[in-house]
Amino acid sequence: MTDDKDVLRDVWFGRIPTCFTLYQDEITEREAEPYYLLLPRVSYLTLVTDKVKKHFQKVMRQEDISEIWFEYEGTPLKWHYPIGLLFDLLASSSALPWNIIVHFKSFPEKDLLHCPSKDAIEAHFMSCVKEADALKHKSQVINEMQKKDHKQLWMGLQNDRFDQFWAINRKLMEYPAEENGFRYIPFRIYQTTTERPFIQKLFRPVAADGQLHTLGDLLKEVCPSALAPEDGEKKNQVMIHGIEPMLETPLQWLSEHLSYPDNFLHISIIPQPTD
Amino acid sequence: MPSSVLWAVDLFGKVYTLSTAGQYWELCKDSQLEFKRVSATTQCCWGIACDNQVYVYVCASDVPIRRREEAYENQRWNPVGGFCEKFLPSDRWQWSDVSGLQHRPLDGVALPSRHWEWESDWYVDENFGGEPTEKGGWTYAIDFPATYTRDKKWNSCVRRRRWIRYRRYRSRDAWAKIPSKDDPEQLPDPFNDLSVGGWDITDEPVGRLSVWAVSLQGKVWYREDVSHPNPEGSSWSLVDTPGEAVQISCGPHDLLWVTLWEGQALVREGINRNNPKGSSWSIVEPPAASENGIVHVSVGVSVVWAITKDRKVWFRRGVNSHNPCGTSWIEMVGDMMMVNVGLNDQVWGIGCEDRAVYFRQGVTQSELSGKTWKAIVASRESDRSHSGSSSSLLSAGCFFGDEVRGSGESCAPSDTDASLEADRLGPDQPVPAESVDSPRNSRDSSASGPGTGRTTERAVEVPGPATQTSGPEPGPATQTSGPEPCPGLASSPAELPWTNIDLKEPKRAPGHSAAGFPETTGLSSLGLLPLGLEEPYGADDHPLWAWVSGGGCAVEAHAVLKWFTVQSGLSPSVQTHSLSIMPAQTAAWRKQIFQQLTERTKRELEHFRHYEQAVEQSVWVKTGALQWWCDWKPHKWVDVRVALEQFTGLDGARDSILFIYYVVHEEKKYLHVFLNEVTVLVPVLNETKHSFALYTPERTRQRWPVRLAAATEQDMNDWLALLNLSCCESRRVHGRPSPQAIWSITCKGDIFVSEPSPDLEASEHRLPCDQMFWRQVGGHLRVVEANSRGVVWGIGYDHTAWVYTGGYGGGCFQGLASSTSNIYTQSDVKCVYIYENQRWNPVTGYSSRGLPTDRYMWSDASGLHECTKAGTKPPSLQWTWVSDWSVDFSVPGGTDQEGWQYASDFPASYHGYKTMKDFVRRRCWARAPPGCTWARTSPSLPSPSGAATRCGPWPGMAPPSTGALCPPPNRLGTAGTTSRLLPSRD
Repeated sequence: MTDDKDVLRDVWFGRIPTCFTLYQDEITEREAEPYYLLLPRVSYLTLVTDKVKKHFQKVMRQEDISEIWFEYEGTPLKWHYPIGLLFDLLASSSALPWNIIVHFKSFPEKDLLHCPSKDAIEAHFMSCVKEADALKHKSQVINEMQKKDHKQLWMGLQNDRFDQFWAINRKLMEYPAEENGFRYIPFRIYQTTTERPFIQKLFRPVAADGQLHTLGDLLKEVCPSALAPEDGEKKNQVMIHGIEPMLETPLQWLSEHLSYPDNFLHISIIPQPTD
Repeated sequence: MPSSVLWAVDLFGKVYTLSTAGQYWELCKDSQLEFKRVSATTQCCWGIACDNQVYVYVCASDVPIRRREEAYENQRWNPVGGFCEKFLPSDRWQWSDVSGLQHRPLDGVALPSRHWEWESDWYVDENFGGEPTEKGGWTYAIDFPATYTRDKKWNSCVRRRRWIRYRRYRSRDAWAKIPSKDDPEQLPDPFNDLSVGGWDITDEPVGRLSVWAVSLQGKVWYREDVSHPNPEGSSWSLVDTPGEAVQISCGPHDLLWVTLWEGQALVREGINRNNPKGSSWSIVEPPAASENGIVHVSVGVSVVWAITKDRKVWFRRGVNSHNPCGTSWIEMVGDMMMVNVGLNDQVWGIGCEDRAVYFRQGVTQSELSGKTWKAIVASRESDRSHSGSSSSLLSAGCFFGDEVRGSGESCAPSDTDASLEADRLGPDQPVPAESVDSPRNSRDSSASGPGTGRTTERAVEVPGPATQTSGPEPGPATQTSGPEPCPGLASSPAELPWTNIDLKEPKRAPGHSAAGFPETTGLSSLGLLPLGLEEPYGADDHPLWAWVSGGGCAVEAHAVLKWFTVQSGLSPSVQTHSLSIMPAQTAAWRKQIFQQLTERTKRELEHFRHYEQAVEQSVWVKTGALQWWCDWKPHKWVDVRVALEQFTGLDGARDSILFIYYVVHEEKKYLHVFLNEVTVLVPVLNETKHSFALYTPERTRQRWPVRLAAATEQDMNDWLALLNLSCCESRRVHGRPSPQAIWSITCKGDIFVSEPSPDLEASEHRLPCDQMFWRQVGGHLRVVEANSRGVVWGIGYDHTAWVYTGGYGGGCFQGLASSTSNIYTQSDVKCVYIYENQRWNPVTGYSSRGLPTDRYMWSDASGLHECTKAGTKPPSLQWTWVSDWSVDFSVPGGTDQEGWQYASDFPASYHGYKTMKDFVRRRCWARAPPGCTWARTSPSLPSPSGAATRCGPWPGMAPPSTGALCPPPNRLGTAGTTSRLLPSRD
C-alpha cells in the first residue's frame, strides 16, 4: 500500500517542465534560443535558474544586463513564492511546458522584490520556516535547533536533497502526543481574482469539540467565496502542488504532508477551467 | 423497471440479496447453508457452499418449470395376433424413445433429481401433428423407422403411440444440490469457483445458460444443458486448459475469462450459439505496470475488470466480441478483494480494507469504466430490529474519529469493536495504565511457565561478553523456505487483509468466520459447521462481505438507488460515522491524493523527461565524531571522525561510503566501508556504550565487525537509522518486507528481516548466507514465524504472541526509514537470573568465603562471570528493572526453604536438600528487567514509566493465560511454508 512517505517524496520531486524565452525587446547580439528546464516545484525561481541566466547572458552584451526577472503572460513572477505555487496560480490550466519570459531590463519595482543573491532567498526561506514554526510550536522546535540544522534545511532545498532536508524537517512536523496537531496551521491562500496578495489567519487543526478540521472547514472559515454554493456548480479549483485534495482531507495531515519546504501550505484558488 | 437483486455473501457465508428497489440486505430465503461464492442471473443463482458442493437456487416465479417426458409404445402387425408386442429380431424395443434406439419402459423413467416431482401419471398423447387421432393415439407406418400417419392403411405393418408425463421443478427459492461430479474411487476435486453467464449469446434459445466452474486442481469444467427448463443441467464436462485455473468469469454474451495460477488470464475464443463451450484459449498477460499477477477477473458484455495480487483494480481496454482479449490494461482507483460485472456491464466490488460492497458509479455504454466507487451502506434487514443499540456504533465511530485524527499513524482496521480497539495502543495516546501493568502480569505468567522453557532461557539471559558482538546469525540456523504454492493455497489466490480479519471477532464464532472466507477451499471439515446461525447480528455489526454477484442485478445507467444512505432506524449521524470507520489508510481523501499526485507526475513529467534538471545532484556528506573499537590489540575504544558520503550514480542509484578516520601512532589513517556491502547493522546496547556493529561478508568471516559507539543514544540512533537507510537505498530495498521475506531474531531479541533473491529456486544463484542483507524491524521477540504469504507472528520473552502489521522501521528508525502507520508500542518482559554461591567451612558453616579457586560468590549460571546484585545491569539501555531481586524457588532440581541448592562442589549437579557430602550451595536470584515497552521514541512523547522505549509494527495479542502460544483464532497456521528462526544461543 502506498505510504504517506511517498506523498512527501512526490511533493518534493514535483517538477514543472519550463520553456524560458528571452523577452523580445531585449537586445541581443545573436538569436537567443529558448531554454528548457525541469523546475522543482518546491524551490524558488531565482534559486534554480543560474543555468537560464548563463544561457541568455551569452548572447547579450554585458552593459545590457541588469537583474534578471521572469514574467508569465504579462505577470511578473515573484521569486519569493515557491515555483509550484506560481505555476498552480497562474498557469495550471495552460499547456505544458510552461512558457516563461526572461527579462534583464525594466525591473518591475512595484511588483517584485529584488533578489541580489542566494542569501536573500535563504533569508526569506528561513524567515518563512520560523514563522511557520511560531504558528505550529510557538517557535520551540526551530529555536531548539542548532545553526547547522538550519543550514541543513536550506542546503537540502538548495541542492534538492530530499533526505538531507527531511532529516531535519521531520522535527518541525512533530507535535506533542497529547495534542492532536499543531497549535495553528501555517497556511496561505492565494487568489488571482483579488488584489490582496494572500489570506493568512490563525486556524487550529482541531475544532473545540475535538473534531479534526478539514480543508473544507478552513475555506469556509477564511475564504468562503472559494467554495461552491450548496447546490451550485463548482466555480473554483482548490489546488496544492498541482492537485485538488478533497475538502474532507484533514488539515493537519495536509500540513504535515503537503506543505512546501517553508512549512507553509500554499493553497491556490483558481477559477475552474471551462473546457 | 422491475426490481432485480444483487447477490452477496458475507464473511460468515450467509447469502444476502439487495433489491434495486430496496434499501436493506435481505437474508436469502434458504439460509441453512453457508456459501463461499455465488454467481447470479436474473432467474437463478449458482453457488459453491462451504461443504464444497455446488448448489443452484432457482427463484420462484408464477410460471412453473415443467418438463415433458415421453415414451413410445411400438407394435408390429402379424397375421396371427394383429398389432402386438411380437417383433422381428431386428426391431426396436416395445417401449422406446422417439428414435426407437433406446429402451424406455414407462416405469423406468425416473425423475432426474429429488428437486423434481411428477405432475400426473403417464397418459397417451392422442394428438398427432396437431390433430386428434383415433384408437388410442396410434400412428401407423410401413416399417420402423418411417413416416407415421394417422390412418391405418393396408400396408401399415407397424404402429406406435406416444405416452406423456410431465414433471415439475419443485425446489424454487431453495438451494438445490447439484450432484458431485467426483468419482468416489478417486480423490475429490471440489469446485473452487464458478460463473454463470451466456444468456445473451446471439440467437440462442431463451433461457439457456453457460455454467463454468474451476476445480481445486485447476481444471475448468462446463455444465452441459443448463437452461431455464433444466436448471440443474445434466453433467460436468472437462474443458482442457493450458494452465492451472483458479478463477473463472463468464459474461452474458460470449466473453469467458479465466485466471491462471501463474497470474495470466486465459480468454476463450470461438464461443457462439452452436458452440457455447468455445474452441480455443488465448493468453492475456497481467498488467505490465503491476509486478503482480492477476488473481481475479470478471467480465461483462464488452468489459473485463481484473484484480491483481496487490489488490489493484484494472480495466481492460478494447474488449468486444471480435477481440475478446482486448488491447491494454488501465489501472483504476481502489483496492478491492474482488469485482463483479453484472447486467448492463455495471460493476460491484468488495473493498480490501473495509470489506464493504462498492458500486461503480457512472458506468454507461459510452463510459464503461465508470467514475467512482461508492460504498453500499444499506444495512441488513436483521439489523433493523436492533437499531436501539446504535449508540454503540456511535461510540465506535467516535473512537475512529480519534484514530483518524492521529494523522497518518492510525491504521485501525474497519473494526467496530471499540473495546478491542481501545486495547491496541494508539501511537499518539499516552500509554494507558494497563499496559504498564501488563509486563508485570506477564512476568507472573512467565514465572509459572513451563520449566523447560525457562531453563533454556536462563542460559541466554546472562550478560556476557560473548554475546556482545554477536549479530543475528543469518547462517545455517535459518531454515529458509521459499514461496511454495501448496495445493491449499493454489486454489486461493486471494490474499486476505489479515490484520483486519483475524483480529476481528475471534470470539464470536471462529468456525463461522473461517467458513466465510471465499478462499477457504481446504478440504477440512467445513461440513461440520453449525448450520443456521440464527441469532441476529448486533446493530454495531458493520457487515463484512466476501463475495458479490451482480449477474442478476439490472441497474440502469441513471437509476436512483437507495443503497448509499442508511435508512430509517439508524440516526443520520451513523452514516457519517460509518464512513469514518474506514481506516485512515483507505480514506477516500488520502487515496485521491495518492492518485492525483501520480497523475500529476505523469502529466508534468512524462513527456519532458529529456529536459535538463534545474538542480544537479551532488555528493552529500554527513560527518560526526564517534568511538571505534579498534582493530589492533589492545582493543579499546578510540575516538574517530566518521563521514558518510552519499553520491548518485549515473543510473540514479544511490551509493554511500562510510569513512572512519583515526590516528594511530600520530599517523592519520582511515578505513572505509561501502554501504552496499554491509550485510547487517546491529545495535549493541548491553554496556554503558551506545554502540552498534557493522558487518560485511568479509567482517563476518573475520568474526570482527566494525564497532562504533556514539556519545548519546539519540546520536547512535541517528547514525544507525541513516546508515540503515543508506544500506537499503544502495540495495534498493524499501517499504515493507515482501511476503517471502526471511525473518530472524538475534539472541538479544532484535528482529531482522532479509529479502530473498527473487529466484530462490534457481540453484545457480544461491546467495551465501554471509552475504544476505538484513535490515532491522523495530520490536523485541524471542521467536518469529513467517509463512510465504506475509503472515508473521512472534512470541515475546514474556510469552505474549504478537502479529506483524505490515509496517516497517520502528525502533530507532524514525522519520524516513519508518512507515508512518502500523507502528505500535510493544512491551516485553524477561527475567535475569544470577546465582549466589557459598562454600561450607567448619567455622562459619556456609558463607560467602570461597576457596581461591572457587567461582565468584555472585555469578551467572556458569560461574565464569561475576554477577553481583548491584553490578548486574539490565541487558540494554532499553530495559529497566520492574522488580527487585528475589530468590527463585522454582529452579530445576528443587531448593530448600531459603532457595538453596546443594552440591558436593562447583560445578556439579545441584539438589534441593542438604546432605553430609555437600560443601557448596547456591541459590538463584531472579529479577525482571522488562518494562521495556517499545513505544515511539519521539522526543515529544514522555516515555512511559521512565523506561526506555522502542516501537515496532507489532500490535499485541492478548497473552494467553497458560503462557504458551495461543492457537491462532483461525486457520492462519494451517497453510503455507514457514521460515523458523529461533534465537541463537551461546
